[in-house]
Amino acid sequence: MYKYDQWDQAMVDARVAEFRDQCQRRIEGKLTEDQFKPLRLMNGLYLQLHAYMLRVAIPYGTLSGAQMRALGDIADKFDRKYGHFTTRQNIQYNWIKLEDAGDILAALAKVEMHAIQTSGNCIRNISSDHFAGAAADEVVDPRPYAELLRQWSSFHPEFSYLPRKFKFAVIASETDRAAMRLHDIGINIVRNDAGELGAAFYVGGGMGRTPMIAPLINGFVPLDRLITYAEACLRVYNRYGRRDNKYKARIKILVHELGAEEYTRQVEEEFALLLAQNIEPPFAELERIRTYFEDPAFAADAPDELDRSDPDFAVWSDRNTHPHKAPGYVSAVISLKPVGGIPGDATADQMRLMADLAGEYSFDECRVTHTQNIVLPHVRKADLFALWQKLEAAGLGTPNLDQVGDIIACPGLDYCSLANARSIPIAQQISQRFAANGKGEILGELKLKISGCINACGHHHAGHIGILGVDKKGVENYQLSLGGSEAEDTSLGKITGRGFDEAGIVDAVETSVDVYLAQRQNGERFLDTYRRIGMEPFKEALYG
Amino acid sequence: MVDLAQTILRFRDDTPVSDPAVTVEAFTGQSNALAVRIEPGEDARSLLPNLERIRLVEVNFPAFGDGRGYSAARVLREAGYTGELRAVGDVLVDQIGHMRRCGFDAFQPDQPLDAGDVEIALSRWPEVYQATTDGRVPIWNLRHG
Repeated sequence: MYKYDQWDQAMVDARVAEFRDQCQRRIEGKLTEDQFKPLRLMNGLYLQLHAYMLRVAIPYGTLSGAQMRALGDIADKFDRKYGHFTTRQNIQYNWIKLEDAGDILAALAKVEMHAIQTSGNCIRNISSDHFAGAAADEVVDPRPYAELLRQWSSFHPEFSYLPRKFKFAVIASETDRAAMRLHDIGINIVRNDAGELGAAFYVGGGMGRTPMIAPLINGFVPLDRLITYAEACLRVYNRYGRRDNKYKARIKILVHELGAEEYTRQVEEEFALLLAQNIEPPFAELERIRTYFEDPAFAADAPDELDRSDPDFAVWSDRNTHPHKAPGYVSAVISLKPVGGIPGDATADQMRLMADLAGEYSFDECRVTHTQNIVLPHVRKADLFALWQKLEAAGLGTPNLDQVGDIIACPGLDYCSLANARSIPIAQQISQRFAANGKGEILGELKLKISGCINACGHHHAGHIGILGVDKKGVENYQLSLGGSEAEDTSLGKITGRGFDEAGIVDAVETSVDVYLAQRQNGERFLDTYRRIGMEPFKEALYG
Repeated sequence: MVDLAQTILRFRDDTPVSDPAVTVEAFTGQSNALAVRIEPGEDARSLLPNLERIRLVEVNFPAFGDGRGYSAARVLREAGYTGELRAVGDVLVDQIGHMRRCGFDAFQPDQPLDAGDVEIALSRWPEVYQATTDGRVPIWNLRHG
């Protein structure tokens, strides 16, 4: 794992001091709320429906045990003993007092964490593959490149007042577990025919009210030009991205309006000019960062067999583990989606337990997934049963990874000032419905995602089944969409037709699932069946 | 006449240009203007052919959240412009650190800045991560000598 040196620590400490000063000036009236707002937002502090919300950055979703423990302690001391893991691999605290914000940032700084640029029209936390450094199928660990981008984007002097927020994802495998092409910039670290590593840049993806899949603009940027190329992409956006309408201000609109070819031409032109400026970090810095992500000391003789005699354990290990590059190991996924629970929430006690388990079983490391679960990346198969027993005892053993109950949901109208409808109760009712009727057990992979407004924080466009909450003359109404995917076969869902009320949307999901169960062939997934048979049979069943 | 030294925070030793800044359009149409003002949507690169005769570029920030002026400043400095680069308009103390890094060396804010707050803001960051034309050595170069 990456460790701060004196420089990184000094930057974060300076930020804590700066934010305390800004809060003080707000209290003294030297800053108006309008002037204070963008400053607190660049420190992740939002004013929500009921209280301040603080969003803490978890760079590329990687946490040490000590960091996870500190997150639990903050939940205890400053919030209502829980926190909410987000689709950007971050954590949010929903019940924060303004006067505590400085102390929370100081507590985070002690464990090399911060809330820098977790909101505002700037470059946000860099996300990545939650199985990075562990997955059997990766080309290389993508996190050193994400860390280099983290440093470059922190307090960037030119790009702190962009037209709109800006999100990077960095992966390094053909399999996309990070919704890479639905980011402002998605980077896939690839190897060319000569065996050299480079970065494929996909620019202009995103969800929100105008979802778009990012086109490839450069298939191979050499790694010793990575930062310069990113700077060129951002500069073209900062200069020419629309600022007249916040709903058209994301880079996806610029790329769409210019066309990918013209945007690329402008980037390449800027890139040529920037190369002469010599702004790229020394390659030795990338090499230094890489040393922090070297493999932990995997046991060479770790047994590869698994005792599957406990049937419940066998189900959990089939569903909630992922193949590891080291023989005798797996990555284990801790579901934060218990039946009827709030997706992504964890209590302070659960966070501390996960910290302990990371120390005991996973080289003191855990990850946050964009699907709002927690990964222990390096678990010996021989330890898996003991781990599962401890998770079960703490309510963390739900065997539903990528199943219908593993729902992404935004905070919705229960917390969020932007929401039009509640998301959490819909997620709870759907997971309860499919647990009670037993169908959840036979569906296989089915990714269901719920957003409480058109901003799409719940990734509904990318759900095999997506639900969007809207306000219809003061009543919550839910649109159903089918056929989205955030994986390497990226696609955007299509709306089935008119929306449903709260009870109706749960029935509509079940009706859609019944169409799938009646039509599926040869073990295909819901998404495969939908792609094969199209929308009509679903429409027919839903609307008659 | 307003005393410029009273309203402009400068980080230069030369005498301020007293000529009024003309618009980019007017500037390209006349050959003797020394001072020009860039509005957010205008292309700083259009000044490059005449860079040598410019002594003052004002970059207007009608609203502090419109960050196009940061790129305009860097584009000019990267092209070798050494004259005064002045941020005018909705310029607040919390932005001037970034503005200095992008090459601004003078500030003419709509609302006067508190000198103490300015000093704190400019001394806040011990080091920087990125390379710009301001000559500061990025952390990653400090690490590798």
